[in-house]
Formats: sequence, C-alpha cells, structure tokens
Amino acid sequence: MSLQGIGFLFQCYLVLAAAMYFDLGEQEQKCIIEEIPEDMLVTGYFLLEPWEMNALSHSPHLGVTVTVRDPNHEVLMSKRYGKFSKFTFTSHASGQHYLCFQTNSTRFSVFAGERLKLHLDVQMGEHSIDPVPDKTKDNMKNLENSLRHLVDQMIFITRQQEYQREKEEVFRQIGDNTNSKVLWWAMVQTSVLLTVGFWQMKRLKDFFIAKKLV
Amino acid sequence: MYGSFRLVLQVLSAQLLCVWVLGSELTFELPDNAKQCFYEDITIGTKCTLEFQVVTGGHYDVDCRLEDPEGTTLYKETKKQYDSFTFTAAKNGTYKFCFSNEFSTFTHKTVYFDFQVGDDPPLFPNENRVTALTQMESACVSIHEALKSVIDYQTHFRLREAQGRSRAEDLNTRVAFWSIGEALILLVVSISQVVLLRSFFSDRKTTTTRVGS
Repeated sequence: MSLQGIGFLFQCYLVLAAAMYFDLGEQEQKCIIEEIPEDMLVTGYFLLEPWEMNALSHSPHLGVTVTVRDPNHEVLMSKRYGKFSKFTFTSHASGQHYLCFQTNSTRFSVFAGERLKLHLDVQMGEHSIDPVPDKTKDNMKNLENSLRHLVDQMIFITRQQEYQREKEEVFRQIGDNTNSKVLWWAMVQTSVLLTVGFWQMKRLKDFFIAKKLV
Repeated sequence: MYGSFRLVLQVLSAQLLCVWVLGSELTFELPDNAKQCFYEDITIGTKCTLEFQVVTGGHYDVDCRLEDPEGTTLYKETKKQYDSFTFTAAKNGTYKFCFSNEFSTFTHKTVYFDFQVGDDPPLFPNENRVTALTQMESACVSIHEALKSVIDYQTHFRLREAQGRSRAEDLNTRVAFWSIGEALILLVVSISQVVLLRSFFSDRKTTTTRVGS
C-alpha cells in the first residue's frame, strides 16, 4: 500500500510538473476562487519551483502557506506545506471559497524579488479512479472500477445541480426584491412630490396673504 | 524484480489515468489595471483549447492574449466577454496566456478560464487491450462521454447564472441608493425653492416702504 501511495504521489508530481503554472513573487499572495457546494471534499495539488529551472536553489526551505476562506470570509484552513504537497478540505457552507497561496521561506530573503512558479491543480469530489488498473486482474474488476467512477461522477453532478438550484432561488429572490423596491420607492417618491407640492403652495399662499400682495 | 516491474507499470498506468490533470480550469480575481499570466508546457502536435468567461465586474469584459514559446501572438482579443479558442501546438515549449484589466480604472473582474491540453484519456486505456471492447465496456464509455458533456454544460450554466446574479445584485443596490438620493434631493430642492421665493418678496417689501416714506 505504501509503495502504491508513493508511486501515485510520484506520478502526480510528474504530471503536475507538466501542468499549468503561474508566477508568484516571494511573500506575495495569490488567490483563486472556487464555487463549492457544501460537504464537498476538495483536493489540491501544488508544486513550487524557482522560475529559472537551472538557477541554484537559493532558498532550499521554500514553503507555501495555503489559506482557505469560506463564503463568509472566515478562515476554514490555514496550513503550511513544503514545495510539493497535496491539501484537502471539506466545505461546510456552499458558496465561493477563496484558496490563497503565499510563499514564504525560512531564510529572510535577500532575494525578495525572486520569482517562483506555482503549478496548481484543484479537483473536486471523490472521483475514485483506482490508480491501479491492473491488467492482470480480470475484466470484471476493471468494469467495476469504471462503474464506480461513473457513479461518483453522477453523484458529483447531482450535488452541483442541487447547489445550482439553491443559487437560482437566491437569484430569483434578488430579482423579486428589486422589483418590490422599485415599486415601493416609486410610490414613496410620488407621494413625497405631491405632499411637497401642496405644502409649497399652501406656504406661499399664506405668505402672500400675510404680505397683503394677494 | 517482478515487484518493481509491477510498480513501474502501476506508475505508468496511473499516469495515463491522471493525464486528465492537464486540463485546468480556474476562477480568479483580476484587480483593476492588472495583468495575470499563466504558463503551460506543451509538446508539439497537441490540440489545445482555451476558453474564458468574465463572471463579475464592470462591463464583464477583459483582454486576452495567447503566445507561443517564441512570442508570436496566436490569439489576441480586447474587451471580450467570453470566447473559446482551439489551436494545435506547432512548437514545443512554454505557451503563455494573459488576461489584462488595464483598461479599467476601478472595477475588479472575476475571470474563469478552462485550458484543455490534449484529449481526455479513454476510460479503458487501449495500451494493453487484446480484444475489442465488450458491450458493457462500450456502454460505460458512452455514459462517460455523456457525463463529461453534462459537467461541461453545468459549468457554462453556472457561469451564466453567476453573471446574471451579479448584475441583479448591482441593480438592487443601485435602485436603493438612487431612490433614497432622489427623495432627499426632492425635499431639499422644494424647501429651498420656498425659502428663495420668500426672500425675494421680503426684500421688495422693504424697498417699497422706503420709497413710500
């Protein structure tokens, strides 16, 4: 099991090295936004490398602090990892979560302007692709595994659809709210206009009568 | 020896399955006057697709630019709300794509992009096949394809809904502020009208009396 685990992590490293990356300065924080429904397990893999591949590693103690905020901007998770790692968290509320990455090194940097690249991959849900599709086992096992993967995919889709339904209801309520606000304010403004108009005429009439001009 | 061979086989086959990692989608916030670039190493001959959509902010548009390893611009558009661009990599190396909000002075934009490199791996890898797919397996494959397109449509729908909701929220707050502001202005203007008129007539009264006496 441990060998398989190491093998899985190793090939994730290889694949992540070929994945998309973006630049990150030292001590700089960059965030990505993920719409996550509640009770969803989110797994993220990241790899931090110096910008120039052949530059000597000045700061061998590179690390990444991963901070996850939930839709209410409260910190859900904040942990420090090494250069290459995987992090997981489960969302408790549904909404926009902010995953922020900040590099820090243990040595106080002389090279504060050094650019680093951060490879990132974030996966949602537990798509259990068995990393060991051993061909020596019979086809039924493979079929079972594929079916399990399909079932996981369908559960993921259903979860997302339910979340979508909730959001749509919020959207509809905002629309209704705006509608009633417009109606209410239009009535208020018309009544203010009329009241003020009558008040003006009355004051001026009283004023002119008092001044004996009318 | 057999154990290590098995390990290598597992690593390779797991790599095949995890090739789906090479399709990356992200949502990030682009502050005003900022530019954010992403890089990807692509081998020659791979078919890639870049798709982006602006979710919230301002006029919901952004500049996008895609360059190949030698700096030649493959795709450049200004002030686009959403677009999709497919290309086949003609060179090996690091491709770079950038989103720019430099034309905007004070609106933050949230941008979603999806960069697919290569095709998705098949459900049943063809590497070690000795027979054709059975009916069960082909049924699984077609279900898998259908589910992938469902997920794709869901993402598009989610983005559209987020965009619509952000506009609705903006409208809501704007209506509230505008209405309150207008009511206040109405009151202020009407009271000052009365005060001004009264001040006109008070002055004239004094002048007439002075002339009279």
